[in-house]
Amino acid sequence: MNVKRVIKLGLSALAVSASLTATAADLPPIKVGILHSLSGTMAISESTLKDTMLMLIKKQNAEGGLLGRKIEPVVVDPASNWPLFAEKARELLARDKVDVIFGNWTSVSRKSVLPVVEELNGLLFYPVQYEGEESSENVFYTGAAPNQQAIPAVNYLMNEVGVKRWVLAGTDYVYPRTTNKILEAYLKDHGVADSDIMINYTPFGHSNWQSIVADIKKFGNQGKKTAVVSTINGDANVPFYRELANQGVKASDIPVVAFSVGEQELSGIDTKPLVGHLAAWNYFMSVDNDANYDFIDSWINYTGNDNAVTNDPMEAHYIGFNLWVQAVRKAGTTDVDAVKDAIIGVSVPNLTGGYATMMPNHHITKPVLIGEIQDNGQFSVVWQTPSTVAGDAWSDFLPGSRDLISDWRKPLRCGNYNVVEKTCGGKEKVAAN
Amino acid sequence: MSIRRLLTQGLIVCCLLLSSVPAHAQSSDDQAQTLLQALADSSYADKAGAINDIAKSGDDRARGWLDAFANGKLSRIEKSGQFVIVLENRGRNWTVADALTGEPIGEVSRRDLDSIRINNSLRRDLDGILAVIDLTVKDPARRLTAARALRGSIDDTMAERIGDLLKDEDDSRVRDALKEAIAIHQVQLGDVSAVSALSGSLNSEARSALTAATRSDDPELAAAAKDALKKIRQKLKWNHAAETLYFGLSLGSVLVLAAIGLAITFGVMGVINMAHGELIMLGAYTTWGMQQLLPGQPGLALILAIPAGFLVSALAGIAIERSVIQFLKGRPLETLLATFGISLILQQLVRTVISPLNRTVITPDWMSGSVMINEALSLTLNRLYVIGFALVVFAGLMLIMRKTRLGLEVRAVTQNRAMARAMGIKATRVDILTFALGSGVAGLAGVALSQITNVGPNLGQNYIIDSFMVVVFGGVGNLWGTLVAGLSLGTINQLLEPWAGAVLAKIVVLVFIILFIQKRPRGLFPQKGRAAEG
Repeated sequence: MNVKRVIKLGLSALAVSASLTATAADLPPIKVGILHSLSGTMAISESTLKDTMLMLIKKQNAEGGLLGRKIEPVVVDPASNWPLFAEKARELLARDKVDVIFGNWTSVSRKSVLPVVEELNGLLFYPVQYEGEESSENVFYTGAAPNQQAIPAVNYLMNEVGVKRWVLAGTDYVYPRTTNKILEAYLKDHGVADSDIMINYTPFGHSNWQSIVADIKKFGNQGKKTAVVSTINGDANVPFYRELANQGVKASDIPVVAFSVGEQELSGIDTKPLVGHLAAWNYFMSVDNDANYDFIDSWINYTGNDNAVTNDPMEAHYIGFNLWVQAVRKAGTTDVDAVKDAIIGVSVPNLTGGYATMMPNHHITKPVLIGEIQDNGQFSVVWQTPSTVAGDAWSDFLPGSRDLISDWRKPLRCGNYNVVEKTCGGKEKVAAN
Repeated sequence: MSIRRLLTQGLIVCCLLLSSVPAHAQSSDDQAQTLLQALADSSYADKAGAINDIAKSGDDRARGWLDAFANGKLSRIEKSGQFVIVLENRGRNWTVADALTGEPIGEVSRRDLDSIRINNSLRRDLDGILAVIDLTVKDPARRLTAARALRGSIDDTMAERIGDLLKDEDDSRVRDALKEAIAIHQVQLGDVSAVSALSGSLNSEARSALTAATRSDDPELAAAAKDALKKIRQKLKWNHAAETLYFGLSLGSVLVLAAIGLAITFGVMGVINMAHGELIMLGAYTTWGMQQLLPGQPGLALILAIPAGFLVSALAGIAIERSVIQFLKGRPLETLLATFGISLILQQLVRTVISPLNRTVITPDWMSGSVMINEALSLTLNRLYVIGFALVVFAGLMLIMRKTRLGLEVRAVTQNRAMARAMGIKATRVDILTFALGSGVAGLAGVALSQITNVGPNLGQNYIIDSFMVVVFGGVGNLWGTLVAGLSLGTINQLLEPWAGAVLAKIVVLVFIILFIQKRPRGLFPQKGRAAEG
């Protein structure tokens, strides 16, 4: 009897395991939501990020997928319309039940998606440099925070170039305004007088730069080395640089360091007049590194365009996707809460020869590179930080956020913990803007 | 820093020697290889020394290497260590030539090339060095450019050498520039007597030097510099006024160009065409297309794009008129919505068919840079051409409307459609031609705009509101009104911008127009008589 029982048990166990392996082969796919504008104004920047994600997913699937399951991309088009971003995010999380979302470009679209992702407990990987002053348990910021781009760039100009007068020029929206607020505070901390800082804002898509460039020229003629720190967004840069060249402002006289001009923006410009102007990023296509060359080659093969360029937000998606894949492997599940905990501390190689680690504040470590524009639309790296810099969600140079830290590990689990008052600020302070 | 300065000075001296001694000793290729190796392997701080060594070598090829280095074209093949000069650096494989022999090598993968890097301060030093060499060339124009470039960037050794060159210089403009360069240098050293030489100068380097001098510890120098600056400021005031006026006219001419096609379709025909901006965009894309068809000849392509852009937009206009607008005659609200839809369709069509990314339209050489009126006032060439083009287009349109049969028929049909038809005018044909004319002119605007703004799917959107603003402000149906309104709005905007900022200036102009329309609903130049009621 006993023996029979044992055999029976053994058989049923076998059957169960057999059925298990049978289901493993046709487990439902892991769904990855891609929330990038494919039409409207932002399509110029965001459509390539969608293709980057599709390429990364295709490659991951070719290598056997994830947890033995295939990855299925779910692409939606929020059409550069900020409220539509929230709607599409809700659609992805509630209807398509995606396990993770990669998306957004502008800060305003991220702000519109934020409450939805928090309410439905989703995961969002945000790949673009931004103004900081935000921390969400559900969002991972793989682009640069101000201390990973703006502050090192200003340091470079101050210490290596010897700049004494500063023009902070930006497009009139949240990212430039916050960044310039931080920079202004930083410069004043370093003894720059009020009269040596000029701040200028222009509307989106501004194309008539004549009087502003003339003003910058005048400002730069006061016997002190002058530089322009530009947070001018997207394609407004083209006429800006063109006007600079036409009015004879050379990079060796008044260099412009830009935070929003990358290889892709330059591919729409005749770059000869721009040679020598600067940009600060965490990645340049010209970085001499094998991982980078492989990435460029697979991108060129994927797009079928020999002249296709790669840029910083693409690298951010590359890092973000690999971090997420590692975290899912580590957690053994795509469950949001498990992945959120598992991803902190995970390191993956970046494309510049180092490693990117996810920090407890949901920002990653990045090297900061300063590049000079070349006549072929590429950048040549002239300076870089000796090691990687960890992203800081709350700027140390703004009075409101100086004492705040973000740490999503147990037991703190707080996005804006005040180290002086020893309290967690609560939700209302999260959206500082 | 001081070491580098020293090295640069030394380098300049040897460049001067180099340029004055005609016979150069040819160094062997081995030596050259070592020299370039030093340049490639040293840090930015030590590169100046390496440059120095190259110039000192007396090698004939040194100038070529330095030129290539200044342009970021000097590279090394990673594996063999062979130095090359990059001839073509687009795409995955770059065309290169051997730096030592000058022989073309062919294509090398960008992966295998290490480019020898340069930064702004090195480039500035190199520019100075090359400028000093250029001071001894025969061509006076090149000497003048070199002399002008030297202002504000010379030091003791150079000043001495320039003083020598000044004695032999026969071109008066070059002499003036060199004298000024020396005076700036002396003021920087704290020499009060040199201030008077700069007191009338409009050059920005001179102003920089004087401004720095006002902060000097020497009270005599500070006072003299302050005095000189006051005189300069007086002079500058008029230049700035002229400059602002030019900026205003140039912005105004862009507005006129964008709006004048609309002045015909909306002003004369009464069709609210929200797709007007996209017709402009089509013209700009035609320019890009022409440049793709004629690679290497951007200037010719641009000129050919003028008729081509007109045709493309005119044909698109005819298609829009025949397929949509003719069925919506007299229903302005529906026309507005339908044409808005067309504008979205056209934008997305360009995104899907061509690319969502902006396209590069090359500015031909004869359109880039600026004309220098004096040191403080220079007019940017591309804007100057656009102003001229806008006036030519305006004059052409006036001629068509006033002097041709088509113009007569258009005016007849818009004033009294029934009567015109009774007189035997084919009203439908006139509608088509008028709309095609207005659309074609929008295409011309696109050709011009491709030279000053981005060519991308959103191009038209940025101009549609401005266009309606200008037409309404100028008085619907009046071409002169459009011209005056465009130019005056442009000037007002540019007057406001320096103290109000670009965002506020735009808002102020809009508020101004709203108030103006309240007072005079028919704009600057209202149509009078019976036609006004129609």
